[in-house]
Amino acid sequence: MNGHFIILLGLVLTVLLIATGAAQLLKRRAGADNLTIQNLTARINAWWVMVAIMAIAFVAGTAGVVILFAICSFAALREFLTLTNTAAADHWALAAAVFIVLPLQYLSVGMGWYGFYSIFIPVYAFLLMPILSTLRGQSENFLIRVSEAQWALMIAVFCVSHVPALLSLNIPGYEGKNLFLIFFLIVVVQSSDVLQYVWGKLMGRRKIAPTLSPSKTLEGLVGGVISASLMGAALFWITPFSVLQAFALSLVITLMGFFGGLVMSAIKRDRGVKDWGHLIAGHGGFIDRLDSVIFSAPIFFHIVRFYWDLH
Amino acid sequence: MRLASRLTAALIVGFARAVTAVRGVWDGIEPVQGQRIYFANHNSHGDFVLVWTVLPPDLRLRARPVAGADYWLTSKLKSFIGKDVFNAVLIDRNPETRTDDPMTQMSAALKSGDSLILFPEGTRNTGKSPLLPFKSGLFHLATANPEIDMVPVWIENLNRVMPKGALVPIPLICTVTFGAAMRLEAGEDKASFLARAESALVALNPEGTS
Repeated sequence: MNGHFIILLGLVLTVLLIATGAAQLLKRRAGADNLTIQNLTARINAWWVMVAIMAIAFVAGTAGVVILFAICSFAALREFLTLTNTAAADHWALAAAVFIVLPLQYLSVGMGWYGFYSIFIPVYAFLLMPILSTLRGQSENFLIRVSEAQWALMIAVFCVSHVPALLSLNIPGYEGKNLFLIFFLIVVVQSSDVLQYVWGKLMGRRKIAPTLSPSKTLEGLVGGVISASLMGAALFWITPFSVLQAFALSLVITLMGFFGGLVMSAIKRDRGVKDWGHLIAGHGGFIDRLDSVIFSAPIFFHIVRFYWDLH
Repeated sequence: MRLASRLTAALIVGFARAVTAVRGVWDGIEPVQGQRIYFANHNSHGDFVLVWTVLPPDLRLRARPVAGADYWLTSKLKSFIGKDVFNAVLIDRNPETRTDDPMTQMSAALKSGDSLILFPEGTRNTGKSPLLPFKSGLFHLATANPEIDMVPVWIENLNRVMPKGALVPIPLICTVTFGAAMRLEAGEDKASFLARAESALVALNPEGTS
């Protein structure tokens, strides 16, 4: 476990060092005031910080990872609610979402209580939040308000919490190694994002969703998804999967990640914003960075649970 | 006591950041040293906390909020926060009962080199319109201090974080936008100066985010 961890950390640091070096080279060639290069440098610097935080959480074990993703959920929920039409009449429902639902969700994830965390938001929060919203007797935009609040919880809390939930899977012969499932999911999905960007910049021609996300191209999608999935296959030795299984799962999560990015872009366009937030320099907000993980984590969790978990 | 107020200030600023991830947008003016009168829209008791939070620390120390004594002197805690932590210029809004003239108090603060943060609507705006009509205080300040820049400051979203009467804040992202400075023009009368100040402030309202 520790040997693997050090090898993987070494690999990630090598990639970051190469990226940082390449960005410096590009900066020298294109000039320091090239906006694309500035954004690239900001993104890479933010990656250093994110990798450092992830590494600390991994070392801290289950509690560290659960707390880290709870904080991510809080930040994502804050970003999502900012763009909704919720009114003062929803105040108690929203306060409950942030200060009761979110902590309970992560508490049950930390306890590994699958029977609770897999239905708490889709069933209990889904029914109780609109009840709280009716208490002030305001029907204006009611369906819009309660739907948006539920969407915010599903996206920012329920989906995100399925990353640390991977720790509670019980896979024979893989005991004590579940952190690597999180590593696998995040590295494959995030690499796919980066590789889609790189392939798109290098040879992107055919726009795939011009009205939703003009920077996404078919070449970027195919190149990014295939290369990230090959990388996922190459990581099979840290997972309970065979090479082929690791490739197939990577294909599923990178595609979910791509479409997740598309869905979240559509929401941003509708609300007239470019980014969800501003806290991660170069990337935008937490949801901008997490959108692909949000869409892939629950699916990855359930496929692994269905075929590998003892339940 | 100084340590306690410093600590409380850090706590309040940290809390404001955790709940609102507040960001200062300097749109037409830079966050540099200099005496200013910041005038902002008023939706919540937390308004000046947000303005204070996004000001760089060296500016923050010298920016004193102007607030109603009737609210900030009603309990020991509020009075500690108002007077010691924020060093507010506390004015009595009731002309019948007051002993100090608000104009004199504000001018004294300006004379000692401090900046002011004030809310010219005079009271919290809880209605649908973006801004209540300004009280005349801003005009009298401009007349008495024609050499000090007046900076419009638009606070966005705090009314949703903490609607009137709410006990628990909802975490939502807030922005504080600082606009280009303005001064009283030669021969400008009260009505047209206040109208100009109102429209300078409303112009900073980011559209489509509310």
